[in-house]
Amino acid sequence: MNAALIVFLKEVRENLRDKRTVINTLVTGPLMGPLLFVVLINTLVSREIEKAEAPLKLPVIGAEHAPNLIQALKQQRVEIRPGPADAERAVREQDADVVLRIPPQYAESWNKGEPAQVDVVFDESQRDAQSAVRRVQAALDGYGQRTGALRLLARGLSPSVMKPVVVAERDQSTPQSRSGQMFGILPYFFILGALIGGMALAIDTTAGERERQSLEPLLATPVARGKILAGKLAATTAFSMTTVLLSMIAFAVAGHFLPTDKLGMELHLGLAFLARGLFVMLPLAALLAGLQTMVAAFAKSYREAQTWLGLLTFVPAIPTMLLTVLPFKPQTWMYAVPLMGQQIALTRFLRGEAVNFTALALCFACTTLAAVLVYLVTTRIYRSEKLAISA
Amino acid sequence: MIEVNNLHKTFGGGAKKIVAVDGVSFSARDGEITGLLGPNGAGKTTTLRCLYTLMRPDSGQVLVDGVDAASDPLTVRRSLGVLPDARGLYKRLTARENIAYFGQLHGLDQATIRTRSDAAIRALEMEDIAERRTEGFSQGQRVKTAIARALVHDPKNVILDEPTNGLDVMATRAMRAFLKQLKHEGRCVLFSSHIMQEVAALCDRIVVIARGRVVADESPDALRAQTGEANLEDAFVKLIGTDEGLAA
Repeated sequence: MNAALIVFLKEVRENLRDKRTVINTLVTGPLMGPLLFVVLINTLVSREIEKAEAPLKLPVIGAEHAPNLIQALKQQRVEIRPGPADAERAVREQDADVVLRIPPQYAESWNKGEPAQVDVVFDESQRDAQSAVRRVQAALDGYGQRTGALRLLARGLSPSVMKPVVVAERDQSTPQSRSGQMFGILPYFFILGALIGGMALAIDTTAGERERQSLEPLLATPVARGKILAGKLAATTAFSMTTVLLSMIAFAVAGHFLPTDKLGMELHLGLAFLARGLFVMLPLAALLAGLQTMVAAFAKSYREAQTWLGLLTFVPAIPTMLLTVLPFKPQTWMYAVPLMGQQIALTRFLRGEAVNFTALALCFACTTLAAVLVYLVTTRIYRSEKLAISA
Repeated sequence: MIEVNNLHKTFGGGAKKIVAVDGVSFSARDGEITGLLGPNGAGKTTTLRCLYTLMRPDSGQVLVDGVDAASDPLTVRRSLGVLPDARGLYKRLTARENIAYFGQLHGLDQATIRTRSDAAIRALEMEDIAERRTEGFSQGQRVKTAIARALVHDPKNVILDEPTNGLDVMATRAMRAFLKQLKHEGRCVLFSSHIMQEVAALCDRIVVIARGRVVADESPDALRAQTGEANLEDAFVKLIGTDEGLAA
């Protein structure tokens, strides 16, 4: 039997006997993401829907100054509540999402035919309040426009005089693309899964083996160091690929529990996604396993390796954040950059969009190449004699 | 047969430069026990590490059964059984699995591994622990497992770095008996120690190392004659110039 295979089988067997590693690889890594996602999205969506459908409770200060306006709001399913003494403070302290204030001069201005001012007090940074704010603004706008139209008619003019330009919005987003926007964070979960899955083995087989003083006897056997390392890398890669596979399956199942239809969105998490996703993710899992092994090999102790690998976990978050924040048009070369390519490809798969074969092949080939390079560098590090000595 | 010719090994550079081995030469013959004796920090472990090719000497030559360790390290490692200073086991594997893993790495087939492991387990009297995971093993049990693992491929040459380190009296006696048995099987046994009694009781040949150099290479009797001291301990102190780092 090939020596690399012997090392691989032993590392796999030994680590499968470690409960903590198994739980991290097969349970926490793949399931935490989907679970978190389903719970989060469900809570968010049901709250949004509840808010959109339920009557809006609106604290109003000075309601007596504008009985007609209040009447119009009530028809828009707005429940008028007595306003707080201090509108700004109530909003700042989040006692109210939005407060409507009608000043005493309102009636006077209204009767003179001058613009009558009302204040909508809100906090733009409160995400949760946004839908309430938008509903109040829409209701007030509607009332203003209707009244304006009536006044024009009363003066014998057509209300269309006020509308030299009519804007008709033609939204080109599809249910799939809207979900892609919302689920842009998803690819990071798969990448995170690969990192979590490989972490335990990358440390255990390198810094851990040295710290436990078993590396020196191992290197005294007549097996070339390159083969020993190949076996260890293969074991780490196998674990991180398993985690990726499990997390993709978990997401495919979790997709059924997402209320995407209520949002008018569509998420493609079926078998086709699984197959294409694995095609781009497996070389990345190999690359990440190689990187983890390299970093852990440099570390002087188990603890130091854990610290470095913890930092490494944040690296893949960078392209995710950049791609979410910066608007961009996917270019073919981007598929050649490991992590970025996977990010773009997975996002497009989720949206049910096609990725052409060249881009996919480029993504696969470049990531594989990067993985091979990392393996070669790691093998070189392993030839250093300092590495073997546990002191 | 292990031959060492003018071995040099230096660590670091500049002001922090440490000369660990400074021109060590000796040979260890088949059917003999050769003891590498010296105080802590004399360069014993570094010399042995060069022998089993974990380290590359700066200069000098190591021959194992006539094979140059620098040009063919894999063949050399194949003909060596090594119990290094670091003797960690895989704690999630049983003692037998630990032994079998090294047997596989040496390219042995399952049947051979089985017979050799059984023989080693009998010889080292470790039947009661063979099927247990090595987590929680005592120091003696760990050393036994590490030795069985080191000898699973039936090597002609055996190198042991401070094999009795951390062992109690009974385990030390068992270890000495085992080394003698290896000698009677015609193997070349080379071990390091800083304990004079041990070396005196076991060795056919004693190589005394101090500050990276060989200061004596004799049989115990010749050593006594050479220094003019009837007592071996006094002979050693005279040889290395100090009694620092030596244990009686």
